[in-house]
Amino acid sequence: MFAYIIRRVLYAIPILIGVNLITFMLFFMLNSPDDMARAQLGAKQTTPAMITAWKAEKGYDKPLFYNEKALGIEKVTDTLFVQESLKLFAFDFGRSDANRDIGREIRERMGPSLSIALPTFLIALVTNISLALLLVLFRGSMLDLSMMVAAVMIMSVSGLFYIILGQVLFSKLWHWVPISGYAHGWEGVKFILLPVFIGVFAGLGSGVRWYRAIFLEQINQDYVRTARAKGLSEIRVLFTHVLRNGMLPILTGVVVIIPSLFMGSLIMESFFGIPGLGSYTIDAINAQDFAIVKAMVFLGSVLYIVGLILTDISYTLFDPRVTL
Amino acid sequence: MFLAVRSTFLLFFMVAILDASVWNSPYSETLRRQNVLFSSFSSPPKHLDPVLSYNANEWAILSQIYEPPLQYNYLKRPYVLEPLSLTDMPEVTYLDRLGKEVDRLSDKVSYSRYRLYLREDIRYAPHPAFARNSNGTLRYGKIDWKTLDSLETLNDLKERGSRRVTAEDYAYAIKRMAVRQYHSPILDTMIPYIVGLRAFSKQITAVAKDKREKKEVLDLRPYHIRGVKVIDRNTLEITIRGKYPQFLYWLAMNFFAPIPWEADLFYQQEGLQAKNISLDTTPVGTGAYYLAENNPNARMRLKRNPLFHTEYYPSLSLIEQQAAGISEALLADSGQPLPFIDEAVYSLEKESIPLWNKFLQGYYDASGISAEAFDQAVQIGSSGSMGLSEAMKQQGISLISAVQPSIFYMAFNMADPVVGGYSVAQRKLRQAISIAQDQEEYISIFLNGRGVAAQGPIPPGIFGHEEGKRGINPVVYDWVEGRRVRKSLAVAKRLLAEAGYPGGISAKTGKRLKLYYDTTATGPDDRALMDWRRKQFAKLGIELVIRATDYNRFQEKVRKGKVQLFSWGWNADYPDPENFLFLLYGGNAVIDTNGAGINSANYKNPEFDTLFREIRTMENTPERLAKIEKMLQIAREDAPWVWGFYPKSLVLVHSWFKNVSPNAMANNTLKYKRIDPRTRYVKQELWNRPAVLPLLIMIAAAVLGLLWLYRAYRKSEEAVISPAGKEGKS
Repeated sequence: MFAYIIRRVLYAIPILIGVNLITFMLFFMLNSPDDMARAQLGAKQTTPAMITAWKAEKGYDKPLFYNEKALGIEKVTDTLFVQESLKLFAFDFGRSDANRDIGREIRERMGPSLSIALPTFLIALVTNISLALLLVLFRGSMLDLSMMVAAVMIMSVSGLFYIILGQVLFSKLWHWVPISGYAHGWEGVKFILLPVFIGVFAGLGSGVRWYRAIFLEQINQDYVRTARAKGLSEIRVLFTHVLRNGMLPILTGVVVIIPSLFMGSLIMESFFGIPGLGSYTIDAINAQDFAIVKAMVFLGSVLYIVGLILTDISYTLFDPRVTL
Repeated sequence: MFLAVRSTFLLFFMVAILDASVWNSPYSETLRRQNVLFSSFSSPPKHLDPVLSYNANEWAILSQIYEPPLQYNYLKRPYVLEPLSLTDMPEVTYLDRLGKEVDRLSDKVSYSRYRLYLREDIRYAPHPAFARNSNGTLRYGKIDWKTLDSLETLNDLKERGSRRVTAEDYAYAIKRMAVRQYHSPILDTMIPYIVGLRAFSKQITAVAKDKREKKEVLDLRPYHIRGVKVIDRNTLEITIRGKYPQFLYWLAMNFFAPIPWEADLFYQQEGLQAKNISLDTTPVGTGAYYLAENNPNARMRLKRNPLFHTEYYPSLSLIEQQAAGISEALLADSGQPLPFIDEAVYSLEKESIPLWNKFLQGYYDASGISAEAFDQAVQIGSSGSMGLSEAMKQQGISLISAVQPSIFYMAFNMADPVVGGYSVAQRKLRQAISIAQDQEEYISIFLNGRGVAAQGPIPPGIFGHEEGKRGINPVVYDWVEGRRVRKSLAVAKRLLAEAGYPGGISAKTGKRLKLYYDTTATGPDDRALMDWRRKQFAKLGIELVIRATDYNRFQEKVRKGKVQLFSWGWNADYPDPENFLFLLYGGNAVIDTNGAGINSANYKNPEFDTLFREIRTMENTPERLAKIEKMLQIAREDAPWVWGFYPKSLVLVHSWFKNVSPNAMANNTLKYKRIDPRTRYVKQELWNRPAVLPLLIMIAAAVLGLLWLYRAYRKSEEAVISPAGKEGKS
């Protein structure tokens, strides 16, 4: 397995270089360093002298990919792309164009993002699987049918609607929880109840349908019939046999998203005033802060690759036939 | 499942019971009872360094912390400057080319010398940069790596110090402005005025570059600007070229607030920069408040500066009160020492719906009115007047409105061969289009009435703006029975025909006139606005083509004069007509200044320009007013802009929030405001009683549902294990 991981990590390097290259090209296709200077300086009258000084200060006075004025290998290395990319591979995200340490900012924002994303993920996982098993238990009944209709209805409505409805119902009308805000520690529990509940509820429809389909595939297998023939209760059959055998497809969808939980949710964090990573990239794109954009795209790619590797590893834990 | 539900609710109850009698408060019980202002911000402040910051949302925080030499009187109208950290207004002497004193009206004035006398009771808020060891050296002048490693915020440095503000601190701030690497947005504006600033900037920028390469600290004390002299501890002298009365307005901005050298050197320590602790994030000022918490992603917290100097709530004479239209309630605190509020908590609210609901719940003391909430908050009377809705009145909320010193306009690119130019025909084309643009309709549809149709470039409240018949734009309006009436479309069509486009068809080519409007309004919400724009031109038979683009390309096209029509706006830097008329000064034309100019319409009228150069340095006298009137007449005739509208701000405030007076020029207004925390607490309790019944119903439904499921399961289990071997109940 160790060799497999090393191989996958080595494969990741050209992928990350490619992602970085595309980020550079797309960003600078839309924003020239002069535009970035104007956006960052924010002055009513931006003079050429101000723009020149800003570009020199931030290193944007260098050519993007090829430095004609340099000599030898420096023609390629003394460029914005190489200088900035090398730092990324050392996980040195540098400073934003607004002069804040990006690594520190990410660390500070990751906590609040996780405080919503992790409970939502775990509760949703448990709830969706439990409800799916429940529907499999009562398959073909009115309960199953009505829950499936409800699931489709839940899926059909935008997440934004649930957020606004939740805020109006639970905070504005019933006054149960704060409408938005964030605090660290125990004081913060009251702020995360509503976003977590809405996050779980909004994902209920698709989650339950998906898991139900997985479990229904298993329910008519021979090993289930054998288990029933042994006299096991239906609950035991479902939770010990069906659930275990259904884990492989579940893991495929679930483990891969665990690392990306760090990246937060844009809409949820905006509406609930959570100071997380959800809006960090979008805000940076709007502010034309390339330093943040490239750092976040790089981090997102790394986390996605980590997710895929973790998924592969998790297969070996649940299916002894799989070897890496 | 049941366990999860139960534990969630248990936790919920525990938190609620422990925290407060209301469950939905975003603040702690203790904080709600205190003399604290609760407010919000919609976008995180990027810069809090006064040399760099030039943004309204940053100044809302920064101006409570820093004190420039002058400030605007909070209540007087028109806006009046008064000393803030000075004993008196600056003493101005005028000098000729040889430095000899001359009369201010003399045409030999080459320099103006401003002498600033500082108050002696102004001290910095306590800060680690001032802490000293027993031997007098700076306690944190060189923080060791061990301390730096464990340092998270400045609060981790326990020792604090303070000192008196000196004239050297004001000089130091101007020196910082000159360092190009600090990116001051006003350096290039000040260079032509402050004597020696250009040479100093070149010198100090080179020094800064050198120091940075050597990783050395830049201490500005040994360097001096020729036109900025520290006479003694309390006296500063600034010499500027020529006459520039508007310089006083600049002295009321944070760029000229004092910077202590100790803080500048303190923050240059490498380890602090790496922890995002810098003058850009942790200001050091003398104002009524200091920044106790800076988390721009969630919350900013200001606390009362324990060393704040003596300052009193302003008093007005009866005449001043009438001129400003100030109510008695706003003068109730006259002569009382400032500030009134102990702490201000600003929370980040990116979305308008949570902000609005929290305001209604009493968790914000004031709020603007978003488009979504407008109908809920405001009623428009049959006469077009605005008033509060019944629901707002019942909550004791009041509405404060004021026309802003700003203008939004649609510009013609005067360098364009079709819509630009100064011939009679070209002028008539622009006049016809100006009449056809129904600004009143625009304000009603797209702004909910929150604006006033502009009659020229100068908004209300600024010298040169006139109301009534004298103030109307006679090109577009008539004065009929005591009110202005937009000219009829027939007049516009006649002008268009005289311009060579009868019915919108070119008399020369026989083709329909097609004009191009560049805009950044690309979203689906902007479609209605663009349809409205097309309709205004279609009224004259002109086809309008919308060219939607991103902001960067749009700016580039404007800078290069590659546009025909576009919309733009301007907010006053200071309340002087020069700050608006310079938008039309030929010397500022954007295509002639490599994009740095401010005259984006590229309007150039020699007569207008001559008058502008004259009024630029004049004081507000009847002579200046006459010249401004002449300039307005020229500009209205030439019609380089469709004059657009002056926006109106609407603010809602709760009954417990006092002394709220709109002042568009002053930013340091927190110190004048007052909160009645007891009333607020009572109202919050009243408005936010938790509804327990729905909770009980939900719990009961969950329990019953689980019971039903359990029974149904048992039933099916029993059916399976039937000894009869048949399905069904045994």
